[in-house]
Amino acid sequence: MIYLQIFISFFKIGIFGFGGGAAMISFFQYELVDKYGWISAPQLTDMIAVSQMTPGPIGINCATYAGYLATGTVWGSFIATFAIVLPSFIIMILLTRFVAKYANNLYIEKCMQILRPTVIGLIGAAVFSMLTEDTFGPNYSNISSWIIFIVSLFLLDKIKLNPLILIVAAAVIGLIIY
Amino acid sequence: MNQKNTKNIYLEMFWSFFKIGAFTIGGGYAMLPLIQREVVDRKKWIDSKEFLDMTVLAQTAPGLLAMNISIAVGNKIKGKKGALVSSIGAALPSFVSILIIAIFLTKFQDNIYIKKMFKALRPVVVALLVIPIITLSKGAGLNWKNVWMPIVAAVGISFFNLSPVWFILAAILGGIGWAYTKKRRVKE
Repeated sequence: MIYLQIFISFFKIGIFGFGGGAAMISFFQYELVDKYGWISAPQLTDMIAVSQMTPGPIGINCATYAGYLATGTVWGSFIATFAIVLPSFIIMILLTRFVAKYANNLYIEKCMQILRPTVIGLIGAAVFSMLTEDTFGPNYSNISSWIIFIVSLFLLDKIKLNPLILIVAAAVIGLIIY
Repeated sequence: MNQKNTKNIYLEMFWSFFKIGAFTIGGGYAMLPLIQREVVDRKKWIDSKEFLDMTVLAQTAPGLLAMNISIAVGNKIKGKKGALVSSIGAALPSFVSILIIAIFLTKFQDNIYIKKMFKALRPVVVALLVIPIITLSKGAGLNWKNVWMPIVAAVGISFFNLSPVWFILAAILGGIGWAYTKKRRVKE
């Protein structure tokens, strides 16, 4: 029952997905690529590139995309998207109800103090999972891929270039050089 | 008359969040200023202090920041129904555009031009993910006392193939334990 599996997987990601879109990618990698094989590792990477050019949050984009690829139907997309937002819906409505009581709660403060560094590790794992031969060529020998990587890093970190511009520019470069 | 007004507010909310969803590229943090402009400055559905509280809450809670904040704002204006309307509005542009792309890409994934573009895009995506590691490392107050946490998580997930869920659970349990011992020490 693939629809039920999709629902459970994305619901789980919605519950445990602390730290936003980038941190969620390690969940996508684990659940969608490694565990169920609904999408391949390069497809996930491509999806993230597409996400930078399309409207909306990356998690919704990934859910819609993986749901479609897993089932080949719009229903798959719908169930995945619904399932990833459902925990937010429940948690946010409960939290706003009790916000006055818990806003400065010591338990929440200490949990966040540990969750924040942990989430960085989750993003690190996502980066590791993309350092593959699909990305950098056989034996990691594709020089142009490494140049694109290092130049992108520089433009994003030092120049604060808009990712959208970078993605469009890289796509055009890809058409020319490959 | 009254019923007509409530219908209008739902439609107005849907349209506002639909616009926010449609015009923010890159998601999450890019959406925050747009949401603020629309619901605080233009529509005056909530004030800026409430919005700030909601932002903190949305960042603390699990899930997607943009969806969390849309749900919180919708809930504030019109309860659960409002949250439903605002979240559907915010997610719909993303859902529709990705669906179209997914259908297109599955048909044309072997197209030589698509392949060329993605070959160049993959290293860019890796760089895009390194950036939040740099910025979050500063924001999370990473120091020699807690730097082992991200390292253990990254190694555990990447090399021991453990689910990220375990590390999130461990962090929450660690936080609860920390707060508990601190409270007990204060009492004594």
